[in-house]
Amino acid sequence: MTERYNLTVNTGREKDQSFVEKDHAIIEGIDVSGRWNRMFVPREIQDYDLTGMDKLTSIPGAESMGWCYQCAQCMPACPVDTAGGDYGPRRIFRRLQLGMDLLDSRDLWLCTTCANCLRVCPKEVDMIKIMPVARAAAVLDGKVPVELQEMFENVAEYGNPMGQSARKRAAWIRRSDADIRVLPKDPGPVDVLWFVGDFYAYHARGVDAANAMARVFNALDVDFGVLGADERTDGDSQRLAGEPGLYEELAEHNIEQFNRHEHERIVVSGPHAFNAIRNEYPSMGGEFEVEHYTQFLARQIDRLKPLLTGSFARRVTFHDPCYLGRHNGEYDAPRVLLEAVPDLDLIEMYRCRQQGYCCGGGGGGMWLDGFAAEQQSERLSENRVKEAVMVGADVLAVCCPYEVSRFEDAVKSTGNDGKLEVLDIIEILDRCIGA
Amino acid sequence: MNTVVLLKRVPDLVEDLEVDGSGRALVAEHLKLTLNEFDEHALEEALLLKEDGGGEVTVVALDSADVDKMLFTALAKGADRAIKVTGVGAVGGTRELAGVFSDVLGSISHDLVLTGVQASDDVDGQLAPTVAANLGVPCIEVITGVEAGAGTVTVHKEYAGGVLGEFEMTLPGVLGIQAARQSPRYAPVSRVRQIQESATLDEVAGAGGGDGRFSIVVMTPPKAGEGAQMLDSVEELIAVLDSKGVI
Repeated sequence: MTERYNLTVNTGREKDQSFVEKDHAIIEGIDVSGRWNRMFVPREIQDYDLTGMDKLTSIPGAESMGWCYQCAQCMPACPVDTAGGDYGPRRIFRRLQLGMDLLDSRDLWLCTTCANCLRVCPKEVDMIKIMPVARAAAVLDGKVPVELQEMFENVAEYGNPMGQSARKRAAWIRRSDADIRVLPKDPGPVDVLWFVGDFYAYHARGVDAANAMARVFNALDVDFGVLGADERTDGDSQRLAGEPGLYEELAEHNIEQFNRHEHERIVVSGPHAFNAIRNEYPSMGGEFEVEHYTQFLARQIDRLKPLLTGSFARRVTFHDPCYLGRHNGEYDAPRVLLEAVPDLDLIEMYRCRQQGYCCGGGGGGMWLDGFAAEQQSERLSENRVKEAVMVGADVLAVCCPYEVSRFEDAVKSTGNDGKLEVLDIIEILDRCIGA
Repeated sequence: MNTVVLLKRVPDLVEDLEVDGSGRALVAEHLKLTLNEFDEHALEEALLLKEDGGGEVTVVALDSADVDKMLFTALAKGADRAIKVTGVGAVGGTRELAGVFSDVLGSISHDLVLTGVQASDDVDGQLAPTVAANLGVPCIEVITGVEAGAGTVTVHKEYAGGVLGEFEMTLPGVLGIQAARQSPRYAPVSRVRQIQESATLDEVAGAGGGDGRFSIVVMTPPKAGEGAQMLDSVEELIAVLDSKGVI
């Protein structure tokens, strides 16, 4: 009887399989000589070089990467993979098994932390925890894509990722036709502290939405105030992209500003600020009542609806922002608002609510489009815009400030200019008030 | 090879620059200073030389508001020593500044001095050669790559028209850096904060300055010329190009 083992099967890799085969074998009276008794010996896990895996999973917060059992539920859920990025937690796990060091890989920077994988993972492999700590380790080691480095430097220097003057954060207020109280100049108790955010303050399309918000608040007689130039970016994207030190500085600053004024609640323009203030600021000592603007307005739909006298007879689809929807469980408030708009025909996309497809802006993705363009066959926002057009919409409604510019760019780059208008929900509401 | 990097802060062009009531200075109230971009490249090149062949990197800057953070950031990037030059007061121009720097350099043992080839307030790149002249050492400017040799450096100097010159300079000497071999590295905020807790800045009393031979007579923003015709639309542009026979 001879045993043969450790023969290679030609998959192009050495020592790929090992098997045992006895020339003569009789089991319970049955002759199973030769290939009939060939048994593939399970490959020992120790055959893999697990240095890369161990290096990652030993970073506090990244342990869950090691729990993956490669069921592949995450693969169709990953928006980057859908966009041709050859990506997903299972792929990362496999590459780690085969010796990859995530901190040196392009795989470290493509995740948008949308949480669609976490939603379906039976082992709770948590990219939302893994990515920030792995990225922070890479940044400390001097490994960071140049685009992202520029953004970090802008935020550190000017308090906003655009690199615009910190003083000019309040410029839109001076030019606004709405009634806006700037709390540092006009102190005193107020009901709502409206945390405006960078894109609403600095980006042309964001300023459109900011003015719309102020007008809607005026129409509803909301007692609100803003921080003006005392505000800095909420820091959540910086935290997720690998700069926890920068995030802490920003959080400390904003919490201090929030505490300087007496207010009942904070209302935010964007889901990333919502996530930061609701879920992250408390551990930095800042506990505040906070709502996303869609939640704040949806609560008052009975007062708002009668004011919506104008008609908005368009076919509208809504993009669920990851950080309001999946991350914080709010899918209804934006829809309550859209359904209250007269003549608005609301159509859902296939990938909606919990299954919403990410726009690509989260987790630092907003500032990695150049990097991602080399790794993916299209931008996530392009994939999403095509879906909006596919369901027959002529308006794509959003409620995250990152999305307007992302989707407007994608409308142009997918050749849909003129076919799909991108609007913040607040702009739609504003158009219908007193119209 | 021990290097010294001369750092300078210049008005940040992100803010609007306004001339004050005297007509001879910028309004200081909203003036924000930032590290001269070319000096940042000089620091990066010095750090790369240290990574290649060892030695110490010392950074030197004049004392001013917020200069500490800039010096700590340089330490966080890998510089070994940071010197703040105190007691000098307002420095009128590049020649005065060069005097202050070359005085300080006299007391620091070094092989090579690097600084940015130019700055927004030193557009003709006078700092590096003036420092070198004060010290009696050679200077080459518009450098895009440095390689250490034995008692020398080999440098690439950029000329117009894409021409590149290779020079060997004996040390000690001064280089005016146009661009480092790679993009200036990032100093993570947590590391800068760590350095702020653990490191100290050396303070050296400055001498020199007060040259007094130059004073600003008048400072004005550029006046809009009359030669340009502003077009408002693509249609207008096409009409103009058409009328000129270009399209």
